[in-house]
Amino acid sequence: MSARQAGTGVFAPRPGAAPLPRMIAAQAGLETRLLLRNGEQLLLTMIIPAVLLLLFSTVDVVDTGPGEAVDFLAPGAVALAVMATAFTGQAIGTGFDRRYGVLKRLGASPLPRAGLMAAKAVAVLATIALQLVLLTAIALALGWSPRGGAAGALAVVLLVALGAAAFSGLGLLMAGTLRAEATLAAANLVFVLLLVAGGVLVPLEKFPDGARAVLEVLPVAALSDGLRDVLRDGGGVPWGDLGLLAGWAVLGLGLAARFFRWE
Amino acid sequence: MHQPSTDAAVQVTGLVKRYGEKTAVAGLDLTAARGEVTAVLGPNGAGKTTTVEVCEGYRRPDAGTVRVLGRDPRADAAELRPRVGVMLQSGGVYPTARAGEMLRHIARLHARPLDVVALVERLGLGSCGRTPYRRLSGGQQQRLALAMAVVGRPELVFLDEPTAGLDPQARHATWELIRELRADGVSVVLTTHHMDEAEQLSDRVVIIDGGRPVVDGTPEELCRGGAENTMRFTGRPGLDLGSLLKALPPETAALELSPGSYRISGEINPELLATVTTWCAQNGVLPDQMTVERRTLEDVFLELTGRELRS
Repeated sequence: MSARQAGTGVFAPRPGAAPLPRMIAAQAGLETRLLLRNGEQLLLTMIIPAVLLLLFSTVDVVDTGPGEAVDFLAPGAVALAVMATAFTGQAIGTGFDRRYGVLKRLGASPLPRAGLMAAKAVAVLATIALQLVLLTAIALALGWSPRGGAAGALAVVLLVALGAAAFSGLGLLMAGTLRAEATLAAANLVFVLLLVAGGVLVPLEKFPDGARAVLEVLPVAALSDGLRDVLRDGGGVPWGDLGLLAGWAVLGLGLAARFFRWE
Repeated sequence: MHQPSTDAAVQVTGLVKRYGEKTAVAGLDLTAARGEVTAVLGPNGAGKTTTVEVCEGYRRPDAGTVRVLGRDPRADAAELRPRVGVMLQSGGVYPTARAGEMLRHIARLHARPLDVVALVERLGLGSCGRTPYRRLSGGQQQRLALAMAVVGRPELVFLDEPTAGLDPQARHATWELIRELRADGVSVVLTTHHMDEAEQLSDRVVIIDGGRPVVDGTPEELCRGGAENTMRFTGRPGLDLGSLLKALPPETAALELSPGSYRISGEINPELLATVTTWCAQNGVLPDQMTVERRTLEDVFLELTGRELRS
């Protein structure tokens, strides 16, 4: 094509990246919207924890120990919800993002990888905030009376944030190394196993000592134990559980940063 | 055939890329000038996508140097990303994201994006702006990917098989957009295995096969050089071709293939055509079914590689 047609100027280059905070906000907004639009994700993150909280509080399925069942179950449901969003949902979602070339395409956009990760964290925290509102409302309606006061609220925020970081690291490690279908299967399997054996709905005291020692160091067990210490028992800051979660976060995020493959 | 230039949009020198045992690109040189459309043409598996993905910074070259807008695609990725638009061969969009939503999102990542509504209309995506990506047709997905590549107003776009799977109408709409990009000074590097696409759109064609450049030049140069072009006509049998040949340039040949069916081969240009028709008029012949056959890039490729372009 030798004849050069006159340009309209519409496509005249004016390149430039948006400011980083705006890019992160846009990416986080999109990821949150997509998550809330996805039926399976909603089932996993919102409906299952809420239904289990309702069911186990009103029907005497398991012996949750002394005191009101809801006082045991509400912190557990919160831990389950955090795991569902930050680990299971994120692993599956990111696994398929990778499979469909979304991560590849975004890698060519002005949004840096660190910005994408920050946006994912914001989307996870926004979803968790919605879950907390929903679960708190249900638990309060069931007669839950959380303890701990202002210091307890701060401890809860710390626990949830560190738990989300730990689960995110492990979820991203899985999403970034396995095939999307394998991630889907494995993440769901882990969710179901830990729903039963993660100290979420069934007290870990019900398990044999050997199994219990292993289960207690899992992030979901540490999170529900820490939340129970504060909200049911009115204990101080649960440093042991926080330390355990911090350890998982460092391990998970470190391994994910090292082994995550973008395509 | 390779002129290094400091101001090229893309400058690839001696590129080698291996995947395990397999060598995808084996010593490729390629220059794409700024403000031009450069087509990288070759059959499937020729190394087109690998070459483009090295330029996009996705892959690390095993040898050779690659400069995009004068920068290193990997070391200077942060600087290049806003300046370079990328259309992947497939995928790149959340399956549940709506077409308009995804395009708006990519626009938001840029400082001065195009008007999304106008772009959506321009590419005929207006009717499916609210359709999730996974329910778009293949052609709609392609057009969305193209829109995503240009919405940030880049200086350079890489389009990997931009018209694969498009119907003729959508294909021409895509060609028209690429012509407008060029007219506005955007550099375009596209891959294709459609010869007509390269001929129609590009200022420069680089034909590659087996990870090596076979030839490059303007479409006109490639079609002109080497083999001869032909013209054919029919008329009264037994014309005296000797008198015609005297009027034609020395390297031209004329032959009566079968009674009344004539073929002239050589460099067929307007002057030659005029000479032939004048000679026909002098001899009282009305040349019927007169056709001029120019060599196509398809013929060029076949001659250079001995193989047909698969699609």
